[in-house]
Amino acid sequence: MTDTLRDISAATAGRPEFEVEPTDAVSIGDVERPLTLAERIFSNETVQRLTILVVLIAVWQIYALWLNNSLLFPTFSETVRTFWHDIRSGVLINRTVTSLQTLAIGYAAGLVLAGIFTTFAVASGIGTRILSTLTAMFNPLPAIALLPLALIWFGLGTPSLVFVIIHSVLWAVSLNTLIGFRSVPETLRMSGRNVGLTGARYVGLILIPAAFPSILAGMKIGWAFGWRTLVAAELVFGVSSRSGGIGWYIFEARNDLDTATVFSGLLTVILIGLLVESVIFRAIEARTVNLWGMQR
Amino acid sequence: MSQVLLEVSGVTLQYKTPRHLVTATYKVDFSVHQADRYVILGPSGCGKSTLLKAVGGFMLPVEGTIRIRGREVETPGPDRMMVFQEFEQLMPWKTVFQNVIFPMKVTRKFPLPEATARANAVIEKVGLTEFRDVYPHMLSGGMKMRVAIARAMALEPDILLMDEPFAALDALTRRAMQQELLSLWDQLRFTVMFVTHSIEEAILIGSRILVLSPHPGRVRAELDTGGINFVDQAEFGAMSKRIHKLLFGEGDARAGAAESVPA
Repeated sequence: MTDTLRDISAATAGRPEFEVEPTDAVSIGDVERPLTLAERIFSNETVQRLTILVVLIAVWQIYALWLNNSLLFPTFSETVRTFWHDIRSGVLINRTVTSLQTLAIGYAAGLVLAGIFTTFAVASGIGTRILSTLTAMFNPLPAIALLPLALIWFGLGTPSLVFVIIHSVLWAVSLNTLIGFRSVPETLRMSGRNVGLTGARYVGLILIPAAFPSILAGMKIGWAFGWRTLVAAELVFGVSSRSGGIGWYIFEARNDLDTATVFSGLLTVILIGLLVESVIFRAIEARTVNLWGMQR
Repeated sequence: MSQVLLEVSGVTLQYKTPRHLVTATYKVDFSVHQADRYVILGPSGCGKSTLLKAVGGFMLPVEGTIRIRGREVETPGPDRMMVFQEFEQLMPWKTVFQNVIFPMKVTRKFPLPEATARANAVIEKVGLTEFRDVYPHMLSGGMKMRVAIARAMALEPDILLMDEPFAALDALTRRAMQQELLSLWDQLRFTVMFVTHSIEEAILIGSRILVLSPHPGRVRAELDTGGINFVDQAEFGAMSKRIHKLLFGEGDARAGAAESVPA
């Protein structure tokens, strides 16, 4: 034992203790440096996304020019010309507004129903089981497969469309909301109950904000499902509704073998999708989950 | 003689895991007086956190009663504010100020102007005025814990329940937070019940220590440590050895004193 101690002190003898002042760090310049304009432009998400779009458009235009068959694959410039023409004549705007109105009704109803369902589901174990069984049953069922049934029940027209949209929104949103509710940390739940929150106030003040990343993901999926279902349903029976939606616009153009108009319809569907995703949902994200540090 | 605030008599607590029925504590008696810094100390798994949850009203005893100011505890309530070990107890969607004012708004215990003033005052007391409008994810662990303590104290509960609040902090921050809690207590003289598994922390923080036996938790001793406030006091070492003996038996009391230092 003492031998070991002597060995240690011998080893320490050559390494004296010391204390120094920290070296002057001024020489490296500013500790914080603003990024240059180029650095900032390139790291901007919008700029990156636009670049991707421009590349895709260029590929499209070059391929279509090379193919040189506007019946099969019109060029980007021709599509844009048709698109612009139909917007100025008001046809495309009318069609889009009709579709969006139906979608808004269906989407809102789907969200409200999903909210009610999940609130009841989290209230008890059996409620959770009921909702997860229903979701497992109906989520994989394509909304469009319900369209024939909807036509029998509600006839041709908006109610049938709203019904299938609700179907595609409801289960996706419910599933995500329920998953979100169940993954709220126990400590957070307890700190809510600690101040005496119960029932709807507990769901509204604790569970919904705490599960918001998951709910928002559900809302995005639900929106995409709803939009998809609507366009598909309009393709099937757009004929009958008085004004017709964007699906009907595409269907009409196909019957006339007017491929450029079909493309302009598809372009509209895509543009609206991009707009909703990158403007509306992006803005919601920036003001909520990103601000709260719940999602990067 | 100070007033009895919380009375726990003959409390047996059990909870179910998917496979077992676990008895966490067995026939535990104790009482907490006004302005006590009452520490529950025991080896891990002795049911001390479960006991605190029962006082919080999150679980009902299978036997015995828990009374606060003579009223039996049945549900969670804002008269017994809890501070948890985890940082997740803060609401990430609210700023520091909104987190602190939230319980006061929900319970409507104070009118809004008073609640605002109280929130600002308590935030200043825990030294976070600069961070008043910052979201929790931008704070360090120690700062989050201060917000949680501020939030609980702003409501002026009958008793503050703290479940190993400093266990997730680094040793330096923990030391600072212990001192901060003591100086807050010096100013406000609130009643606090504090669960810990660190002998050192128990002696420093506590004015009384309830020592529980290993699983299932039964009362082993209740000690008075109101006079010991510094690690370098002579009484500190003696008390530390005494508690170690209570917890682990005669065998290695010396090792125990050494072990409690890094806590």
